[in-house]
Amino acid sequence: MADLKKPPLYEEHLAAGAKMVEFGGWMMPLQYTGIIEEHRRVRSSAGLFDVSHMGEIVVKGYDAFKLVQKLITNDAGRARGDRVIYSPMCYPDGGVVDDLLVYPRDGGEYLLVVNAANKDKDLAWIRENAVGLAAEVEDVSAATAQLAIQGPKALEILQPLTEGELASLGYYRWTRGRVLGVDCLISRTGYTGEDGFELYFAAEAAPHVWRRLLAAGKEKGLAAAGLGARDTLRLEAALPLYGHELGPDISPLEAGLERFVCLDKGDFNGRAALAAQQEEGVKRRLVGLIMVDRGVPRQGYPITAGGREIGRITSGSYAPSLEKNIALALVAAGTISTGAEVEVSIRGRLNRAVVVNLPFYRRSKK
Amino acid sequence: MEFPANLYYSKDHEWVEVEGNRARIGITDYAQESLGDIVFVELPQVGDELAAGDSFGVVESVKSASDVYAPVGGKVVAVNEALLDSPQDINADPYGKGWMIEVEMSDPAEIENLMDSGAYQQLVKEEKGE
Repeated sequence: MADLKKPPLYEEHLAAGAKMVEFGGWMMPLQYTGIIEEHRRVRSSAGLFDVSHMGEIVVKGYDAFKLVQKLITNDAGRARGDRVIYSPMCYPDGGVVDDLLVYPRDGGEYLLVVNAANKDKDLAWIRENAVGLAAEVEDVSAATAQLAIQGPKALEILQPLTEGELASLGYYRWTRGRVLGVDCLISRTGYTGEDGFELYFAAEAAPHVWRRLLAAGKEKGLAAAGLGARDTLRLEAALPLYGHELGPDISPLEAGLERFVCLDKGDFNGRAALAAQQEEGVKRRLVGLIMVDRGVPRQGYPITAGGREIGRITSGSYAPSLEKNIALALVAAGTISTGAEVEVSIRGRLNRAVVVNLPFYRRSKK
Repeated sequence: MEFPANLYYSKDHEWVEVEGNRARIGITDYAQESLGDIVFVELPQVGDELAAGDSFGVVESVKSASDVYAPVGGKVVAVNEALLDSPQDINADPYGKGWMIEVEMSDPAEIENLMDSGAYQQLVKEEKGE
């Protein structure tokens, strides 16, 4: 416990009565008032998440593009101007090192936003891949705070506090702006399935931005939301979580991320393995399950169909927006299709579930 | 947080209300608060025999599943079936509507191994690092 890192807002979370948990080496807020309430608030108005535990890595130098292109499965060429891209980062065997966001910066630099728990591993991997290239790799995580304001009222709440116009900022686009007087990188991204923004700025300004944002948004329903709600929200939106739907032994193609794998962009780590998978067809694929019987499906629980084990749950939970128990699962390809009934083994008892199309939840767009 | 004086408490955060040989069992206010939103409960069948320390059910919050242990042994004589449809009663009213089972105690002397309200309150303070 001694070497757990505290986010710049640690004291704020304690003062707000948050239940703190260890997450990726950090002490982070799991919940404030309750996961279900925070989840519903994000779906109906807006929630503010401290995600300062995420890692930020800058890649610069003459070969920065070349390095990023080699690292990620998506096409780094798409990350230009105000476009942010999401991408898996693979090992040569097609397993996933991490999944990340790539922001292009001035002067041919890139900002990579990675998962907290993977940051050190990612840094080592990126540096290893930079050998022989004219590229510098810098960890700016400690100096960077990240907040995510998510929900249908996010724009309405954030706009009056921001110098610069946000309404015209498209999905997965970024801009620079001042929020409450603080220089921020603002992107229309998130991990909840709702409209929203992520703000990156100097860590020392975090308490000021956090307090003022919460105060200003209060009457429109904004409140702090913790990692617990972030997880149920992303699960309903069927967004993958590293260590669950992605990992060294799961390829992005198995996880249903074909859109982010550009086999025709030239060579990159994992290309040959992923091309072979594409050619032969993946052996497993990610499906969505909704429980018919009672019981909460959890990671690792076996799934059977016709008495035969066909796969395992990767993530499962009660879904507050659906008021049902749901799960993502990796199953042997070709064994089941949408609408099929399977059984999830919960503590040795078989409970019925039905296979559904993903995502479980999709926000209604205006 | 409530610690009713008429109840006995286990170190696993269950409470016991004794009436004659009958013991009503649930999880404490501290336990429900630590778990967060409860979304599912698995309970035993009436007639099941439990020894003190046996796991008799599971309480699941949004985040996790936790076993619940019998503070005293005996035969299950009643089960709060209403919890299957409204497990959130445990959050709202842990000592009332949130009760889980009743057992006919096989050895009422086992009550002696449990804590009173004051001792349990002390344990909770220690667990919370206060």
